[in-house]
Amino acid sequence: MDAEAELRLRLRVEDLSARYVHCIDDDRLEEWPELFVERGRYRVTTAENHERGLPLPIVYADSRAMLRDRVAALRQANIYEPQRYRHLVSSLIVDRVDANTAEAVSNFHVVRVMQTGESMLFATGRYLDRVRLDGGRALFEERVVVLDSRAIDTLLAIPL
Amino acid sequence: MPRTSPPQRAWPAEGNARVPYWVYQDEEIYAREQALIFRGATWSFVGLDAELPAPGDFKTTFVGDMPVVVARDGGGTLRCFENRCAHRGALICMQARGRAEKEFACVYHNWTYDLAGNLTGVAFRRGIKGQGGMPADAKPERHGPRQLRVEVFCGLVFVTLSAETPSVADTLGPEVAARVRRVMKAPVRVLGGYSQVFPNNWKLYLDNVKDSYHASLLHLFFTKFRINRLEMKGGVIMGAGGGSHVSFNMMRSDPGAGEYERAGMRTAGGDYRLEAPELLDSVDEFGDGVTLQILAAFPNFVLQQIQNSLAVRQILPKGVGRTELVWTAFGFAGDDGAMAERRIRQANLIGPAGFISMEDGAATAFVQRGVQAASDRASFVEMGGRDVASSESRVTETSVRGLWQAYRRHMGL
Repeated sequence: MDAEAELRLRLRVEDLSARYVHCIDDDRLEEWPELFVERGRYRVTTAENHERGLPLPIVYADSRAMLRDRVAALRQANIYEPQRYRHLVSSLIVDRVDANTAEAVSNFHVVRVMQTGESMLFATGRYLDRVRLDGGRALFEERVVVLDSRAIDTLLAIPL
Repeated sequence: MPRTSPPQRAWPAEGNARVPYWVYQDEEIYAREQALIFRGATWSFVGLDAELPAPGDFKTTFVGDMPVVVARDGGGTLRCFENRCAHRGALICMQARGRAEKEFACVYHNWTYDLAGNLTGVAFRRGIKGQGGMPADAKPERHGPRQLRVEVFCGLVFVTLSAETPSVADTLGPEVAARVRRVMKAPVRVLGGYSQVFPNNWKLYLDNVKDSYHASLLHLFFTKFRINRLEMKGGVIMGAGGGSHVSFNMMRSDPGAGEYERAGMRTAGGDYRLEAPELLDSVDEFGDGVTLQILAAFPNFVLQQIQNSLAVRQILPKGVGRTELVWTAFGFAGDDGAMAERRIRQANLIGPAGFISMEDGAATAFVQRGVQAASDRASFVEMGGRDVASSESRVTETSVRGLWQAYRRHMGL
């Protein structure tokens, strides 16, 4: 792969990563499923489960429809104290798998901000991504969120 | 300085239908709970037998505030001992889990213990070249960590410090024990775990689990997406002494509209359907039509079947205003691929992000915050009457009253 193609790949994956965190942090959750392919997978787990090869997820979806159900539940059904996230994502390591697929790894911090004004470091971890490149815009085939800690404070409503 | 009178720590005259808010706030009460409940004649749940399959397998956890090691010895028997070195009190084992060869060694001065917690070696006990060492009549073995009784009931591991605690089955009572056997029907496969940390007293979580009245009112997921019916078949089974209970129901999809609104629920407006209803594609694996069973045993154990999502929950107090809830989800060794996938999909229902469980953390913390200035007041628990008895309706707080009945008995309140 020539340098220019490599740069173009990196920019496309970084753009996807940026759009992901901004749509969550700006409370445009309805746009969040659209960043995945139709049968895209999203999974939140802990480093402990991940390293022990245990399959239990904290959140799991294997289609845009399931992601939309999660958003609908957050909007219509689930009750939780008003809160927002602020993501900070490290620069990404991007590796091309084949002509239409790349893999990426990045680190994140999420600060949770409550209406009371309380801010806390809510989650840290890694994003393990598989990205589809054949359409106009890069989309997640899979995003696995591996949390460093096994403990979640109170509840996890908004996606990480 | 205005004088404040010393707090009154007498239970309200109304009995189990009132819960004085100081029980969630008072440091002295917390210390007494540790001594009289967690180190008293109760069984603390510490995990699944299947978590420690081989000799030498161990995990560290807690009995109330007391750190403990649970280990499988060379003969295959589970042992539990206080994680506190006989010498200076350091933790003997600092890993969350692992496999020990034959012994544990305290990192501080390398005193060693067998897998049952017996002191087996004291470094430099005889000194070096006649210098130093312990007196000949020293008896360090007498200072060893406390060893706990272990009972494995249906693959669930319970421990107690007290010689007086009746068997687990007797503590639960026959009807609740039968409901444990119903779920723990075959060899278990651990699917994983995580913890949820609540900014509230441990009893608020146990109280929440025992409150069958809140389920359809706080957790709106099923009603919003029109999955359950208010009057579906179910009930509450009260165990021995009020400390244990089972709440269960049999769900089916709800074709009708309007009944939630008529019952005063705020939830049902709008016509919402899941786009991916396979989330709830369930199999009647226990053959009795029960789609939800929540079973809790005083002071720290919950067993859950929500459709095909199975889990145990261990409640760990972490000070007056903080609680850790340790979730371990499981299936069975004989699960086929479809069932394994179903359990993963339905993991969405439970835990900190669970469609029908995430609200519990918020609600219990709201109580902790709400009662901050009301230690002389009490909550009002009269739904379903004032007694402690089984009920054919889940619109009752009978098992909440059962919890407080058991609590008061142990605490002498």
